[in-house]
Amino acid sequence: MKRRDFFLNAVRSATMVGLGGLFASFVHKAKADGKVWQIDPWKCTQCGLCATECVLEQSAVKCVHSFDICGYCRLCTGYFEPQPNSLNTAAENQLCPTGAIFRTFVEDPYYEYTINEPLCVGCAKCVKGCTMFGNGSLHLQIRHNVCVHCNECSIARACPADAIHRVPVDQPYKFKSRGEQV
Amino acid sequence: MIWLLAAQRFPPPEFTETGHKLPGFLAPLPRGPWMEHFDVIVLLMALALASWLALRGRSRRGLVALGTFSVMYFGFWRKGCICSIGSIQNIAQGLADSSFGVPATVLAFGLAPLVFALLFGRVFCSSVCPHGALQDLMLIKPVKVPVWLEHGLRLIPYMYLGLAMIFAATGGGYIICQYDPFVTIFRFSGSALMVSCGIELLVFGMFIGRPYCRFLCPYGVILGMASNVAKWRVRITPDTCTQCRLCEQSCPFDAINPATIETPSRTVKTDKRRLAAMILLLPLLLVSGGWLGGLTGKRLAHKHRTVSLAERIYLEETGKATDTTDASAAFRATGAPVENLYADAQSVRDRYVLAGRWCGVWIALVAGGKLISLAIRRKRYDYEADQTRCVACARCFKSCPQELQRLGLPVPEGAPLAPPNSPAIF
Ligand code: SF4
Ligand code: SF4
Ligand code: SF4
Ligand code: SF4
Repeated sequence: MKRRDFFLNAVRSATMVGLGGLFASFVHKAKADGKVWQIDPWKCTQCGLCATECVLEQSAVKCVHSFDICGYCRLCTGYFEPQPNSLNTAAENQLCPTGAIFRTFVEDPYYEYTINEPLCVGCAKCVKGCTMFGNGSLHLQIRHNVCVHCNECSIARACPADAIHRVPVDQPYKFKSRGEQV
Repeated sequence: MIWLLAAQRFPPPEFTETGHKLPGFLAPLPRGPWMEHFDVIVLLMALALASWLALRGRSRRGLVALGTFSVMYFGFWRKGCICSIGSIQNIAQGLADSSFGVPATVLAFGLAPLVFALLFGRVFCSSVCPHGALQDLMLIKPVKVPVWLEHGLRLIPYMYLGLAMIFAATGGGYIICQYDPFVTIFRFSGSALMVSCGIELLVFGMFIGRPYCRFLCPYGVILGMASNVAKWRVRITPDTCTQCRLCEQSCPFDAINPATIETPSRTVKTDKRRLAAMILLLPLLLVSGGWLGGLTGKRLAHKHRTVSLAERIYLEETGKATDTTDASAAFRATGAPVENLYADAQSVRDRYVLAGRWCGVWIALVAGGKLISLAIRRKRYDYEADQTRCVACARCFKSCPQELQRLGLPVPEGAPLAPPNSPAIF
């Protein structure tokens, strides 16, 4: 029994030292403490999977708007159906399936478009319209007040453009902005 | 490229007339880092309490209360992530890829239960792991699984662990998270498949004790190994075992090893011969395991994002496919050269083969170890909780007449009590 105890002690101590080394080597390396998932809007291809692949009932991905890129167009290709009956706010003219985009008049001929996030399901329809024919100011981001921070984001797994990666918790967004456009 | 031109299509207005100010971004933040540190503190305190309750307090009721708390806190409140079971994947990926940083919180969740297992056995499983505690609380009428089935199914977690490590280390994704049956319950949402798996496992778990822990959980494998060399351990009896056999049926997880009785049919000589054969067989097992693992790794590589994309692009380049997929279109849009993609895919394939070989060796080692352990018989004089399998739930304690006596509860008639010179617990 003595020999067995000695053996067990040795194995246990060795394992402890190993785990300690592992911890030290990683902690030494880990700069930012946490990581969260975020979409790179420059890589996103608006495939629509964000709306369906999130583990939450209603996706944590929402459309956000870079106002400094926006052209404030009267005929917004992110807001209107490709061939709208008329340029008014009637639901049948809108691209957004949930009517989450609000249009307000600013000055002739400019309109401002704002997202009502609780309604947005992250389907990227507006983003596609805006990116294909407009300035690309509408884009998708993971909202961290909704996201439950899965260890592996389900959307990242499915994203065909590999646009979703971990980002440091102190820079949790990748908003599009004018300065960024190289 | 579309994006680069995008901003020039319609110059942003100046709003000279109204002087309209552009609204800024809303940027709601994730939970602050201090919240995560708080989680680690709660984890450590729960582990310490569980150790005390299982080994010193010997209180099943206390463990049930702590388990309920863990299900509430680590499960429903924190919505399951990050959990210790999944964290081993981050650690594996961090070990394989030095550019992949593992946050300290994740590391703490992965390592703290292991350290406790080295000292006190699987106290994490008893009441701190939300998955284990949830199943433990759901168990109402335990049914015994036939021995051969139990032994067979118990090998699944070892293979699952091997596979999960391949995928994590090669950047192929976290399958433990993807196929986690209970996280869907903690979140009240998830894919239809996993939600139904979770509910089925829970219903199943009313009769088969902790099905996930016993027959699936890859982290349980590691904890079991650590628990094997634990310094202090769960003891069924607070005193010395009198071989009264009253505890024999009390463990719903088949974790009690009975005292060995002499079996005249197996002599030491045949045992020795058997053992020698097994040990000679082991190298053969390892080599073939490594070879098979390498082949499996090659197959699994097709599932990796880069490899499947490269295969698709190859089809398109050689004219075997004329349309594009979402992924190939996205790749084309980046304008990256195809050769780089092919080279990346090749290096991913190589990594899969290497990881597959290791996994094969690991599974062969587990199978070999199982065979050897069947050939060896350790003499056991007492009824003991199995080091690997016992999850420290404290259910068996009160079946021991000496525990009843210690607590001042009525002892069943005719039960033998402590022999005179019995030592104390510790
Ligand atoms: S179109 Fe889709 S992404 Fe855009 S605001 Fe509506 S729901 Fe959100
Ligand atoms: S991390 Fe989870 S909750 Fe957040 S966006 Fe991804 S899948 Fe949705
Ligand atoms: S075996 Fe796995 S799931 Fe079960 S309690 Fe232990 S760590 Fe949790
Ligand atoms: S404490 Fe007793 S009943 Fe519980 S798992 Fe261990 S041996 Fe089984």
